[in-house]
Amino acid sequence: MKKYTYLVLGLLGFTALLTSCGNGNQGKSSSGALNSSNAEKVYVAPGEHDEFYAFMSGGYSGNLTVYGLPSGRMFKEIPVFSQFATSGYGYSEETKPMLNTSFGFVPWDDSHHPDISQTNGELDGRWIFINGNNTPRIARISLTTFETEEIIEVPNSAGNHSSSFITENTEYVVAGTRFSVPVPQRDMPINEYKGNFKGALSFISVDPEHGHMDLKFQIIMPGFNYDLSHPGRGKSHGWFFFTTYNTEEANSLMEVNSSQNDKDFIAAINWKAIEEYVNNGGGTKMPANYAHNVYDESTHTATSTMKKEVLTVNPLDVPGAVFFLPTPKSPHGCDVDPSGEYIIGNGKLSADLTVHSFDKMIAAIEGKKFDGEAYGIPILKFEDVLAGTVKSGGLGPLHTEFDGEGNAYTTFFISSEVVMWKLGTWEVIDRKPTYYSVGHLMIPGGNSRKPFGKYVVAMNKITKDRYLPTGPELEHSAQLYDISGGKMELIYDFPTHGEPHYAAGIPAELLAPKSQKIYKLADNKHPYATLGAADSKVVRDGKDVHIYMSTIRSHFTPDNIEGIKVGDKVYFHVTNQEQDFDVPHGFAVIGANTSELLIMPGQTKTIVWEPKQVGVWPFYCTDFCSALHQEMQGYVRVSPASSNLELSWSLGE
Amino acid sequence: MKKANVLMIIGPLLLLGLFAFPLWNIMLGAPQYPEPLGMNIHITGIEGASEFDLQNIDGLNHYIGMKTIPKPGEMWEFDIFPKVIIGMVVLGVLIGLLGFYGKVGYKWFLGWFLLMSVLGVVGMYDFNEWLTDYGSNLDPHAIIKVTNADGTPMTYKPPLLGYQKMLNFDVTSLPSIGAYMMFVGMTLTLVAAYMGWKSNKSMLKQESKKAVTA
Repeated sequence: MKKYTYLVLGLLGFTALLTSCGNGNQGKSSSGALNSSNAEKVYVAPGEHDEFYAFMSGGYSGNLTVYGLPSGRMFKEIPVFSQFATSGYGYSEETKPMLNTSFGFVPWDDSHHPDISQTNGELDGRWIFINGNNTPRIARISLTTFETEEIIEVPNSAGNHSSSFITENTEYVVAGTRFSVPVPQRDMPINEYKGNFKGALSFISVDPEHGHMDLKFQIIMPGFNYDLSHPGRGKSHGWFFFTTYNTEEANSLMEVNSSQNDKDFIAAINWKAIEEYVNNGGGTKMPANYAHNVYDESTHTATSTMKKEVLTVNPLDVPGAVFFLPTPKSPHGCDVDPSGEYIIGNGKLSADLTVHSFDKMIAAIEGKKFDGEAYGIPILKFEDVLAGTVKSGGLGPLHTEFDGEGNAYTTFFISSEVVMWKLGTWEVIDRKPTYYSVGHLMIPGGNSRKPFGKYVVAMNKITKDRYLPTGPELEHSAQLYDISGGKMELIYDFPTHGEPHYAAGIPAELLAPKSQKIYKLADNKHPYATLGAADSKVVRDGKDVHIYMSTIRSHFTPDNIEGIKVGDKVYFHVTNQEQDFDVPHGFAVIGANTSELLIMPGQTKTIVWEPKQVGVWPFYCTDFCSALHQEMQGYVRVSPASSNLELSWSLGE
Repeated sequence: MKKANVLMIIGPLLLLGLFAFPLWNIMLGAPQYPEPLGMNIHITGIEGASEFDLQNIDGLNHYIGMKTIPKPGEMWEFDIFPKVIIGMVVLGVLIGLLGFYGKVGYKWFLGWFLLMSVLGVVGMYDFNEWLTDYGSNLDPHAIIKVTNADGTPMTYKPPLLGYQKMLNFDVTSLPSIGAYMMFVGMTLTLVAAYMGWKSNKSMLKQESKKAVTA
């Protein structure tokens, strides 16, 4: 019997040995690039966190969405340029000023190109900027609260597309106009465009401490379309590069008439030279009218200020500051490699990529080797600045990003693929299809001196059959490629929200530890805050009634309010007394012509309610805050306009 | 004898750690609180392990009708305990110093230790009484009233020492740095007493030897 037991134990031991051997092999193979399962690479186990944050522009949603990589899970939609009924952004009294412009309240925009703040050319994770394309605006979003803190309108601009890209130390966030327009705006025939319309390139300074934006100067350029831009970095720090199309200056049937010139330009701007010029009193002040909206975290309230003047610079007044680099075929993306040497023009009507050399450009400028001029701006000779051409074999190159290992990755819209190629030798290393018609791509930090070259995300314009169909309208698709193995490997495919154009990625470890959990109630300086339930009250000021209301699990104070009359304008100022992470309270009242409020711990938000009917009307908490959430409700009694009922309010009486 | 006196001075001084560090710590974790809430019990009052923990514990406890966590001034203990500790430190150091002059011996050391032990036990008893009152003296209008299997109302006394599951909360109650310093300090005085007793014995032996030879 004893022997038998030993045998069994021996067998078990042997099996264990075999099993552990098997596991060992498996572990080894998963570190190899090609053999491991793709599922394993994107699987982030329950409770585990992603390695990267990805901030994807919302395109026509006007907002910014936050994703995790490699999981492709969406964490948050940050309202930026669009009203967002979910939180009350753009509906609440505090945030309505954020969407103020010289055109009045503009509740929507088209957000395109997020860019994370940098120090010494590396991502520092303080803020993320994004442009509003339609009604030209630039927004700054805090990366501790993940909320929009500031929006500045850009005057003299239209189709704010070559934006919002930042310089290497976040000195400036740069916004270029895609559509040239009369500057200043005036009533004139459209067909007199040529020579009369102008393209404004705006340099918005960023206060290093608070991030506050100020439009420092605008360069008034010839009336081309300034499509995309990127900053110089490293040795080319101090320069900014803009692709142009429609150097034909056509004003109608653009798809034909803007595509006639074999070469358009990349405009190279020595912004340091222009900065010096304006610092020494250069430039012309021009009357303007544009909004500057700032959200104050301590008052939880935004204010909008109209600015009345802008400093403009005629590029001809600063010799040696602006040059044109001929670039074939209506270039779209304008990308600068991590070393700052190569400027890539993605000629969207071409099969090839044009790569310019910064060193050659400087040499050509110093040698004064010009090939004519456009509106007085020197044009450099194409051959003199050309570093090389990437013969890709693809069609319709749009955008290029870099992995920091000497490789570049370019999207091709028409042939629907990402092509990986080598900087310097221009040879194509790999190519992988996208699904379908890719626009931008993103490598975390891929637009800085220090890319984190582990993943490429391709953001597509066409979805078709990638997911279960949802009628005619589909969300856009994105693909994730693993590039850690020296080639590209498609490992994941996920839908995105809105229409992501560009995106910005950053290692989670740079942001997650400083993500804010609550707003301190003690720091709440909102003029209508209710800092303790005892401070809640109702105050009448003519037809305006201000309700100072507090919320805590699970009741409103007060929850019975009488003395409101038809025709009153009722302000519910709701303060969340909680100081506990992830315990928001919601507020909704029947018949409100606005939205709900979603109030974070320590925050005050205000919604206006204009009761139109006599009756007793309920309000309630919309966020399932606690086990007694369903009981978190109250009533407002609305009396006829002629009523003499005094205001009264109570809780638990 | 000298070493014993030094230990007798250091030991009581370690009690001063109770003014810098908590005596006891109670942590409350739950599915909704992956980062547990916690209270640090100092001899001068109760503090949250994180800035808003006490407020959040009170907020949750109001559902089951518990009283709010007492502030300093609401409990006589937070007034008396510091005085008792200071008194014991002064007394202990004094005994140690007098030991140098041979005025007092190991019996005093042991006496201090025993007195401190009695006070400690009384303190723990009092603390346990408070926990019992805090956990079982509930508001009759509590929102949530839970009964045990036998029909008696459930109470929420946190454990004095160790782990206990209470509704959705995992409660762990353990001594903290201040208490550990106190334990070490008391042990040192016990060691001092032992050393004093030993050297006293050998001195007596020598004396008796001398007496014999004389």
